Amino acid sequence: MKAAVFTEPLKPSSLSPLARATVPLHDRIHETGRAIPRCLEYLLVILTALMCACSGPWNNPYPESDTGKNILYGAFAERPKHLDPVQSYSSNEILITAQIYEPPLQYHYLKRPYELIPASAAKMPIVEYFDEKGTRLPDNARDEQIAYTIYEISIMPGIRFQPHPAFAKDQQGEFLYHRLPEKELADIHKLGDFPHTDSRELTAEDYVFQIKRLAHPRLHSPIFGLMSDYIAGLKEYAETLRAADEAQLKEQGRDAYLDLNNYPLAGAETVDRYTYRVKINGKYPQFKYWLAMPFFAPIPWEAERFYNQKGLAEKNINLDWYPLGTGPYMLTENDPNRVMVLEKNPNFHGETYPSEGMPGDGQAGLLGDAGAPLPFIDKVIYSRERESIPRWNKFLQGYYDASNIGSDSFDQAVQLTGQGEATVTEAMQEQGIRLETAVATSTNYMGFNMLDPVVGGVGKQGREAARKLRQAISIAVDYEEYVSIFANGRGVPAQGPIAPGIAGHREGKEGINPVVYDWVDGRPRRKPIEAARKLLAEAGYPDGMDAKTGAPLVLYFDVTTRGTEDKSSLDWMRKQFRKLNIQLVVRNTDYNRFQDKIRKGNAQIFEWGWNADYPDPENFLFLLYGPQRKVGNEGENAANYSNPEYNRLFDRMKNMENGPKRQQIIDRMITILRHDSPWLWGYHPKEYGLYHAWYGNIKANRLSNNNVKYFRIDAGMREQKRSEWNKPVLWPAIAGLIVLVASMIPAVVVYRRRERGAGITSTTTEIHMS
Amino acid sequence: MLNYIIRRVLYAIPILIGVNLITFTLFFVVNTPDDMARMQLGIKRVTPEAIAKWKQERGYDKPLMFSSSDEGFAKLTNTIFFEKSAAMFAFRFGRADDGRDIAYEIKSRMVPSLAIALPVFLLGLGVYIVFALIMVFFRATYVDFWGVVLCVALMSISSLFYIIAGQFLISKLWHLVPISGYGQGLDAAKFLVLPVIIGVISGAGANTRWYRTLFLEEMGKDYVRTARAKGLPESIVLFGHVLRNAMIPILTGAVVVIPLLFLGSLIAESFFGIPGLGSYTIDAINSQDFAVVRAMVFLGSLLYIVGLILTDISYTLVDPRIRLE
Repeated sequence: MKAAVFTEPLKPSSLSPLARATVPLHDRIHETGRAIPRCLEYLLVILTALMCACSGPWNNPYPESDTGKNILYGAFAERPKHLDPVQSYSSNEILITAQIYEPPLQYHYLKRPYELIPASAAKMPIVEYFDEKGTRLPDNARDEQIAYTIYEISIMPGIRFQPHPAFAKDQQGEFLYHRLPEKELADIHKLGDFPHTDSRELTAEDYVFQIKRLAHPRLHSPIFGLMSDYIAGLKEYAETLRAADEAQLKEQGRDAYLDLNNYPLAGAETVDRYTYRVKINGKYPQFKYWLAMPFFAPIPWEAERFYNQKGLAEKNINLDWYPLGTGPYMLTENDPNRVMVLEKNPNFHGETYPSEGMPGDGQAGLLGDAGAPLPFIDKVIYSRERESIPRWNKFLQGYYDASNIGSDSFDQAVQLTGQGEATVTEAMQEQGIRLETAVATSTNYMGFNMLDPVVGGVGKQGREAARKLRQAISIAVDYEEYVSIFANGRGVPAQGPIAPGIAGHREGKEGINPVVYDWVDGRPRRKPIEAARKLLAEAGYPDGMDAKTGAPLVLYFDVTTRGTEDKSSLDWMRKQFRKLNIQLVVRNTDYNRFQDKIRKGNAQIFEWGWNADYPDPENFLFLLYGPQRKVGNEGENAANYSNPEYNRLFDRMKNMENGPKRQQIIDRMITILRHDSPWLWGYHPKEYGLYHAWYGNIKANRLSNNNVKYFRIDAGMREQKRSEWNKPVLWPAIAGLIVLVASMIPAVVVYRRRERGAGITSTTTEIHMS
Repeated sequence: MLNYIIRRVLYAIPILIGVNLITFTLFFVVNTPDDMARMQLGIKRVTPEAIAKWKQERGYDKPLMFSSSDEGFAKLTNTIFFEKSAAMFAFRFGRADDGRDIAYEIKSRMVPSLAIALPVFLLGLGVYIVFALIMVFFRATYVDFWGVVLCVALMSISSLFYIIAGQFLISKLWHLVPISGYGQGLDAAKFLVLPVIIGVISGAGANTRWYRTLFLEEMGKDYVRTARAKGLPESIVLFGHVLRNAMIPILTGAVVVIPLLFLGSLIAESFFGIPGLGSYTIDAINSQDFAVVRAMVFLGSLLYIVGLILTDISYTLVDPRIRLE
């Protein structure tokens, strides 16, 4: 250090007088000798006091005051980005938003296949078709005739929003907090700092307002692009709002409030206080499923006005942080770094537990609460738990009511019976933990880029050769083995793109992919590798060698950057290709570059997945629809597959109601896909969930997310089990302390001996040295 | 001394600009503004229009570091680098890519970070020094030998292992404290016991050995012999003389980290569910949130510089011969 300058030589700090240092020596040793047992005494006293003070388990992460309460405890790993229903689209967000916002429709909790029923709607929407002249058409009108469709939705009267400061009014009937002066803002740090709240009745206008928000220029609705193709005038509406917003920004600055009530939207209008209509271009039967998502839940204009005030956004007081809905719960604490708390909405309009379900539901105890008022649980506490190990251990201690199963803990939790059925292990059974499984409405696949000359082919002959190559690979890559090794059996090898439980999916012999499987002994059996080798030879690569050049066939597998734990699965994949003597080169990259490659069509073989938005085959089959291709169209068809016949059939199928005719078309589409094999169909993940004995009314339901209102908790049993499982074990700490003290005794003895003889020893040494 | 501090503060400005430049370059080599937009907008149904709108709203539609279409000084100022970096020097961190106020987050997360880091630092310093002095006291005996062996063993184990083993033994098997979590006010205490113990133990090996080396070096000096010759007990020699004279190297290592305690621990906070700044940084890196990464790197650099200045000042406190000029 250049600036530090030594100004005088360093002296030993021997400022204390010799006498003061030597005289109390004995006393100090005496004190030191006594100090150890005294420490031990103190510690024991503290430990005893702690034991008396804590009536419950010591490791309880929740406040004592919550003991025995009707609370559901869960965990979340990633903090939600958006809680505004117009922007929220992630699965971790909908865990929260689905309990707060109430769209007009919802899925029946127990019935399968999934069935839409009214939520805040009084009845199912009335759907009417019209031609260009506005003439009403019959329900069976041909698609070409239909110019637009009207969805008329009536909501139940008397529904009220949760209490919120946006509704609070003074005695003159003026809103208390819609024009906050800067002085008042200084004392506001969170929504709870507003002393007054109020509510009002839900009206049809609130639903229309939310549809308008899809086009708001300052919000990013992920479904705006899709909905602007269907909701009449939404695209133009967005342009109008953008122009108005820009003009306002110029005039009034950044905090200008864009009042959507001043701008009518042609495609969404109210009929009366409790009825509104949505006008859809052409026919789009899937729109009804969107009506069950929070995108179409009502938002009061007061909320928009309240949250758009200057200074609130800087304090994170906005709809993304403090949602406002009519659902069974409301978010009362939002600290997404630590905890998110939902509590019963005192204004919830009321709903009852379903009184009918599927055969077996009654026996499973799922109909015991039939007709009972919802929700059952008073409060839900979601704690942030980033790492899987603490999450799992807290579940085992009873501090989380449910858990998924990580691959690390799979063997500890699940065992397979002789029939291949998954059950919980004995240790889990002893704790009363039960397992619920369900095949997810999603698919994990391996795609071929059809624009690639090797796997996609060029020219008629080339495309045919590439098709055989893809078929050969489809046979060689053994997904049964993959699921068994890498997913602990948690998956169903896919026979096509449509997940089980979705209309269009076929089970049994008629559902198998004949390109890859034979039906043997009542079950699908993967074709022998010889069949794949034969196809490979026909593709022009006998024994994995290019017949023209004699060069070995090398294919490239694009994957996102993975940790060492994924190395084995990549090795396994190489091994699958090696069965055909094909060299598979893994091109590892980060997710950004991977996406870039897919968008530009530079990948050759890749892995991807899809979670269904709604239970309609269109939501899977559009992933291979030509106009949806990634390259050029920025769609969702990552394989860039396009087959004219398939595209035509898709156009016909997408607007049809489920039934034999639609099934026939889907069957043909699936046959085309299997023949062309643009994907290795991969597998449909199977979800395993573990639930404690006190957790009731569980039925796995991936599409409906507003399930918390159906759950039930036996808080008494939970407290009893927690106390039983978490008795503090003190002996290791005491033993450790004793060992520590015991190990110190010889040191203390040596210390005392040395101190007594220090002067003599030192002197002797000095003499000897001199 | 004031002149010295002013000079050091002025030196800090080019350092901070350099750090900003390096962070900016490294970040945008890996992530383009399009990637950031996609990360925020989600994977499904993201249109090019939505990406363009997102970038425009946040100023990521501008050139990265040089705007060839502008004139004069605007060639440099009308860029993402200038716009995002200039405000940092006024401590305006802006908003995260998800729209949340970064300054608010930093303020609210600093306390939990400090709640772990400060006890670990203070307790650790005390424990390491005491253990090092004990080893020095018993030098060349079995206590010293096994102490060094233990230190090397402790140094060889990953800090992640301490966390997992600590959670397993103390929380899972013995049920003494919660495995993870955080509470407000005094409720936080029960959650801090385990991370603090683990924090102290995981740093014990390296630090105790380091301090032992420092003390052994001092033990050979003349003043120690003089002190002993005067008949001072060994405890006074060690704690009163050796420790005091070894303070400069101790302070070099210790004071510089004090400001950095605010930034928290990346791994420990993640495993113990502590909502501190360490986990905030990890989240930002995972979600490619440049605004937060930039703010945290800037803050880290700034605090490090503050730490170095404090270290220099602390020298003058422990050694009256030192003058800062």
